[in-house]
Amino acid sequence: MLSIPILLTIAWLLPLGSFLAILFWAPRLGKHGSAAGLLATVAIAASFVCALAAASLWFTKYPIPSAESHHPPYGASGSQPHSQDTRLADPSARESASAPGLWTQGKAASKTQGPSQLILWNAPSDRSGSTERSSRPDQASRVSPRHELANSPTREPLGPVPLLTGDWYVLAEFGHLRLTLGYYIDTLTILMVLMVTLVATLIHIYSLGYMHEELHPEVSDQEILAGDPPQPIRRPGRFARFFQYLSLFCFSMLGLVLANNLFMIFIFWELVGICSYLLIGFYLERPQAVRAASKAFIVNRVGDFGMLVGLAAWWGAAGTFHFADSPRSLGLFSRVAQAELDHNRTGQVVSPGIREQPSGQVVNNPDYPERPVAYGLLVLGGLGVFCGCVGKSAQFPLHVWLPDAMEGPTPVSALIHAATMVAAGVYLVGRFYPAFPPEVLLVVAVVGLASLLLAGMMALAATEIKRVLAFSTISQLGLMMFALGVGGWTAGLFHLLTHAFFKALLFLGAGSVIHCVGTGDMGQMGGLVRKIPWTAGTMLVGCLAIAGAGIPPWVGLSGFHSKDAVLAQAYLLMNYIPGIGHLLFSLALIGAAMTAFYMFRLWYLVFWGRPRSLDQLHHAHESPPVMVVPLVVLSVFAIIAGWRLPGLGWGIAPALEQARPISFISGQWWPWWVVPPEAESHQDSIHVVVSWLAFTAAAVGFVLATLFYGTGLFRLPSGVGVLNGLVLLLQRRFFIDELYQRLFVAPALHLASWAALIDRKIIDNLAEKLAAAVVAVANSGDLLDRKVVDGSLVGLGQGIYGLGRQLRQVQTGLLRQYLLAVVVGTIVIFVLVQFL
Amino acid sequence: MNAVTCFHYYVVACVLFVTGLFCILSKRNIIAVLLGAELVLNGASLNFATLGVWPASMVDAAVDGQLLALFVIVLAAAEAALALGIALSFYHLHRAPDVDEARELHG
Repeated sequence: MLSIPILLTIAWLLPLGSFLAILFWAPRLGKHGSAAGLLATVAIAASFVCALAAASLWFTKYPIPSAESHHPPYGASGSQPHSQDTRLADPSARESASAPGLWTQGKAASKTQGPSQLILWNAPSDRSGSTERSSRPDQASRVSPRHELANSPTREPLGPVPLLTGDWYVLAEFGHLRLTLGYYIDTLTILMVLMVTLVATLIHIYSLGYMHEELHPEVSDQEILAGDPPQPIRRPGRFARFFQYLSLFCFSMLGLVLANNLFMIFIFWELVGICSYLLIGFYLERPQAVRAASKAFIVNRVGDFGMLVGLAAWWGAAGTFHFADSPRSLGLFSRVAQAELDHNRTGQVVSPGIREQPSGQVVNNPDYPERPVAYGLLVLGGLGVFCGCVGKSAQFPLHVWLPDAMEGPTPVSALIHAATMVAAGVYLVGRFYPAFPPEVLLVVAVVGLASLLLAGMMALAATEIKRVLAFSTISQLGLMMFALGVGGWTAGLFHLLTHAFFKALLFLGAGSVIHCVGTGDMGQMGGLVRKIPWTAGTMLVGCLAIAGAGIPPWVGLSGFHSKDAVLAQAYLLMNYIPGIGHLLFSLALIGAAMTAFYMFRLWYLVFWGRPRSLDQLHHAHESPPVMVVPLVVLSVFAIIAGWRLPGLGWGIAPALEQARPISFISGQWWPWWVVPPEAESHQDSIHVVVSWLAFTAAAVGFVLATLFYGTGLFRLPSGVGVLNGLVLLLQRRFFIDELYQRLFVAPALHLASWAALIDRKIIDNLAEKLAAAVVAVANSGDLLDRKVVDGSLVGLGQGIYGLGRQLRQVQTGLLRQYLLAVVVGTIVIFVLVQFL
Repeated sequence: MNAVTCFHYYVVACVLFVTGLFCILSKRNIIAVLLGAELVLNGASLNFATLGVWPASMVDAAVDGQLLALFVIVLAAAEAALALGIALSFYHLHRAPDVDEARELHG
């Protein structure tokens, strides 16, 4: 019978199969590789079907908690022992306040049960179940047993996070260190796999139309002119290769999502990186594409350097690569959980190997034979891993590669921006959330907010359609990071999932526009709404979704719900940490307003008003159905992805809530920094206010964009020095690229030229001298060989030859001489015998 | 008058031998060389015969020397026949009886 892990593994391996098939048999796959696209599409679609089957199995087994049972605890704040004012003033109240946030699902229960019990039932995989597991260690996969421990009468019991984990294959084993390939499946994994396969399937289908030109045996690239007179260069079509890379990309991303240990994460993290490199540089004849691909790769190296340090630090802290507990040892999360519990409860580490039983009695815990996790290592690991996520998710200050990555084909941009590459960074922060100490979360929040605002401002002035979308991606990812940083685990990942749909939609729409018009410059567009109504309509849906349109506080497009959740969490922060909280919340609101502004600026510039280039308009035509259908499907998802199923209350957000990990509540080093428990942000009082505020912000952005670009009533006054300077500053992206060029690239090039100089002048010279010396030695040796060794042998031979010639004279052939010699010889012998 | 002793025979044999040898060495004519060879053989067989009559110590072998002389005479006859045949064919080959013409074995 097909189980969930097997289904997901099939979904994971199908793209790999497609990749290998195209790799080995591309020339045989139809005319010019036309079947390769179909193969890849079928593979990823089958992956999606597998993921869907796994998801249905999963949610049958672990139903999503219904909205009704979910809300009362948040609403019934009167039963909570603390009001927000006393909590910060009174340290003992703080103590009890921290527990519900730490064990996020145990809010009310914490009071009645005491924190000592919580350890039993809220770890990602339950510790008390370990004896049960160790009795059958051969079992590959296991489910953490739900325990009916929270027997408080006031609320329904919540079990541990449902989790399936296990190893498929052991790569190597060094002592306690096991390098394995395995799976770690919780609701987050299920949702991510679903989202990645669905978006990727639609992008594959779209690519079948978009990359149609590559089917020709010879493609002329209009972007590069060569020769005299200049002509577009011609190259062979690369249809099969494109789909091959897409398949590898999907395989890598799915592997990253399924990974159950740090080592596997690292493998697929790097695979995702190399795939983006290959696809951004797909038009490898264009120098700017090659430069963009290299830039993406090198900037990611900077991030991955931190990532490697972080993974090593975590490994050093936990002593294992695995997230979850296994029959052999505790996993990373459990060990971290122990550390954070100790830190938060007593301010110092409880000695390892001892834990409290529910009855309050202190016993030796055989699960903790090792030293406790060092808090400093946790912080270092968190910062390092986040550094990798900053690189992959193109957050400030490593955002520079993403706008340049627009050189790749548009479906690739869609895939990178929606489902694979940049989503990986946010996903990873979400996955490692239990191991991120609050100090790191503060960094995450600040970096996210900086990216949100900076990229939003850059998007205001961008003139190329895909670049606007690229900046908007950075900005939205910043919003997700911000949400995660301020404790909005569900909010951030919810926004990641909804964002995937509308960002894929927007990119595919932009691709459709470029396909129709033949350029990405918005200065040459305008008035396209009549020519390409389907694209215009679906893109309008995308813009509305990303701006967060809706009817507050009830219903809206997907972006409305997810952005609402993020902002609600930020609003909650205001209650916890007044000063900084207010600042962060208002900045996030400004970010939301900017999002609406630049998205509608884009839409108006492209589709509205008068056509600025009649020539372009004349040629414009709607894209083929194979490209339009994915747009329509994606726009449907962009609308509904945030909804909850009426009655049941099922939806992405409650489903994510099911997978919520334990997390830190307040920093050990910076105790003032408190991560507010997310559940409180669902309170109606917050929810209503925030949704109106968010709606107002978006509406302001929309109205401004309409006034400036939609109606033409207002125009930016030209000729004002300050404004021009500002626009220049934004268009040059705050000169950050130039700064990096000056700070890092130019010194590196200088260093390289110096190294080259040293190489050429000193090392080459030395090598040449050395070579000459060796030649001289060889020559003398040759001389010795020829003259002495050869000479002696030749001389010997010649001497013997000469002797032979001399002796030859003796043999006269004269009979009488011989006889005389005999006689004389006889006489001589006689004489000799006689006298000697 | 001294009695004829073995010594006299030795002298005669020696003279015969040396004369024959000298004849072989000095004459270029092949016939003369053959004549010299006969003389050498005769000198040698005379020596054998002498040693057979005056045994020095080996009394029992007295007759053997005489017999050996007879053998030598017979062999000399056979050898003379053979040598004359060689001389004849030599003459045919070189159109001259001169032994110095035969230098085929010259190195």
